[in-house]
Amino acid sequence: MTDAAELRRRTQEFLAAHPPASTARTDFLRARFDAGLAWVHFPEGLGGLGLPRTLQPVVDAELAAAGAPDNDPRRIGIGLGMAAPTILQYGTEEQKRRFLRPLWTGEEVWCQLFSEPGAGSDLAALGTRAVRDGDTWVVDGQKVWTSSAHLARWAILIARTDPDVPKHRGITYFLCDMTDPGVEVRPLRQITGEAEFNEVFLTGVRIPDDRRLGEVGDGWRVAQTTLNNERVAIGGRRLPREGGMIGPAARTWRERPELRTHDLHQRLLTLWVEAEVARLTGERLGQQLAAGHPGPEGAGMKLAFARLNQEISGLEVELRGAEGLLYDDWTMRRPELVDFTGRDAGYRYLRSKGNSIEGGTSEVLLNIVAERVLGLPAEPRTDKDVAWKDLAR
Amino acid sequence: MSAQPDLLYSEEEEALRAAVRDLLTDHCDPAGVIARTESDAPHDRALWKSLTEGMGLAGLLVPEEYGGQGATHRETAVVLEELGRSVAPVPYLTSAVVATEALLDCAAGDLLAELATGRRVGVLAVALHLAPGAAFTPVRLEGGALHGELTGIADAAAADLLLVPADDGGLYAVRAGDATVTPLTSLDLTRPLATVTLAGAPGRRLGDAEPAVRRALRAGAGLLAAEQLGLADWTLTETVRYLKDRKQFNRPVGGFQALKHRLAQMWLETVHLRAAARNAADALSTGQDTEVAVAVAQAYAAPVAVRAAEEALQLHGGLGMTWEHPVHLYLKRAKADSLAYGTAGAHRAALAGLVELPAP
Repeated sequence: MTDAAELRRRTQEFLAAHPPASTARTDFLRARFDAGLAWVHFPEGLGGLGLPRTLQPVVDAELAAAGAPDNDPRRIGIGLGMAAPTILQYGTEEQKRRFLRPLWTGEEVWCQLFSEPGAGSDLAALGTRAVRDGDTWVVDGQKVWTSSAHLARWAILIARTDPDVPKHRGITYFLCDMTDPGVEVRPLRQITGEAEFNEVFLTGVRIPDDRRLGEVGDGWRVAQTTLNNERVAIGGRRLPREGGMIGPAARTWRERPELRTHDLHQRLLTLWVEAEVARLTGERLGQQLAAGHPGPEGAGMKLAFARLNQEISGLEVELRGAEGLLYDDWTMRRPELVDFTGRDAGYRYLRSKGNSIEGGTSEVLLNIVAERVLGLPAEPRTDKDVAWKDLAR
Repeated sequence: MSAQPDLLYSEEEEALRAAVRDLLTDHCDPAGVIARTESDAPHDRALWKSLTEGMGLAGLLVPEEYGGQGATHRETAVVLEELGRSVAPVPYLTSAVVATEALLDCAAGDLLAELATGRRVGVLAVALHLAPGAAFTPVRLEGGALHGELTGIADAAAADLLLVPADDGGLYAVRAGDATVTPLTSLDLTRPLATVTLAGAPGRRLGDAEPAVRRALRAGAGLLAAEQLGLADWTLTETVRYLKDRKQFNRPVGGFQALKHRLAQMWLETVHLRAAARNAADALSTGQDTEVAVAVAQAYAAPVAVRAAEEALQLHGGLGMTWEHPVHLYLKRAKADSLAYGTAGAHRAALAGLVELPAP
């Protein structure tokens, strides 16, 4: 089977055998996975057909036209975008068969136990310890900024298995059962009042050795697959004009003439232009990817959007005048989905402060651009040949 | 807005870029450009001849029936990117784009054919700082002859043909030999201004001035962004190269994080400018969304190109303040470009109307 027509035919046959109207959602999604129509670029038997990733829209369009349920990808983004590609690349056959199907159907939600209070930008310095005890590992430590931890059945976890070697070499990657009695999840309240994220405390958590992903001590390399897929997910979005944070600000300007001032007008127009140019840059990046020539531009898109989101939402708070002094709701809530353009300007202003921190701070991203794109000298490394246990902390 | 703009470069456009860059590498070196700025001939006639008679580039926007290449603003933009990278002292933007667009609006086939060859240079006698749609100064038409003084006219000293708006609403073709062209001491030494004085000069009425000037300045503004991209691209590339090589405190200066971040920021802005400039060139070639695309490109490009040149100067340290190092040519061109065909502020003001974000 090589082309889109054949794939379309196969999808139509699947739909005939499993009519969405009369098939329960979970049954439908399981059957779709088993038919290889979940993610066609995955191997046969693991939800795919070994086809190019670019053919997936053929399946999605047929299913959408038939009114088929989807797997609510935004709810399980960490599983789909980060855990799955890593399990596919480094997992044993048994791990792939056990985990990928319920991950894709959403029956099992995944979270990521990477960042720690003492290991943010310097993730490789992480201190959560995993100590071998026969056929199991005993894990102790604390993770932070974990989204979906309170919903998750499983976690991808990196922990230190050898403190006596330099930091990058003593890390191992695990699949952690979030129902283990040693796992405690606490909401992490943030400046917006709500708690999108969690702190996760790991106390004597026991992980069988067959839930280790990759070799002992090779966890940093395994984690690169996870993190590279995170950056793919963040960059290269294609938006319509006024599709981002500038949209609500422009609408407010149009609908509320009494709020307009000359100073705000100049600043709004300047930001409107920058937002439009950032949109065009994302569009150009998308065209490069579609043409098979990905450029280095992706490295900069997150930088640009973080600054724009912050400046635009800050302007909108001012634009609202007296209303800018109010806030919609400080109640501690647990949102399942985050909509950066949802809620009021005040919320957007506060939430977008995280855009230059989460998924790589803007300062680290500027280093990455300078070193990998422009080829400037790397930062001096004083930690390269020092055992993790001897690092300054 | 219907179809998405094509923001990439085609293989043919990349081949054109390579050919222009080769020529400029061989015939437009920075030391030569600096020396020429103080000579009697600020424009490089030999280079112009190679670009036009040799490569046919003056006729890119001219239909084949008038002896042009029948190409589009996309290819023209690629040429301007390269000319910007070299701050080449040739009247390409003024003659092959702005004057040519005015003649296209008037359907002046014979004059288009002359400009397309490059053997004659045409200049629109409207002050360089005016934005598309701005009021421009006409000369008096009296007894069938033209009288008056127009100032701030870019590349007029290189012109054979002047396109002059008159107070009857017409656009007139005037031979440069029938006018007095007085060079002005200009901020941008590579695109010098002049005053044009007409004292009973004969002219040939080509058509209505207002639409022709508007069209010409819009194309000039849109494609100026490509030149500004070229300026920014050169200043970034050259500054990165220099800071990898330059050592202070026993280290390459480019290894200091404060400077790396500034260079990364320059790169980011240049990447954005490329998308804006490509979008403007594509919009001019398709006629879709042109006014917004041009205004966005100019509102964005001017401060980016100026900042890139200013950063390049600062990061070159004392070397950047010398007459000998070419970075000042880029700073002067970038600053002059920030006024040419309307400031960023003028283009933002235009956008206020175009995208319904009205002033208070």
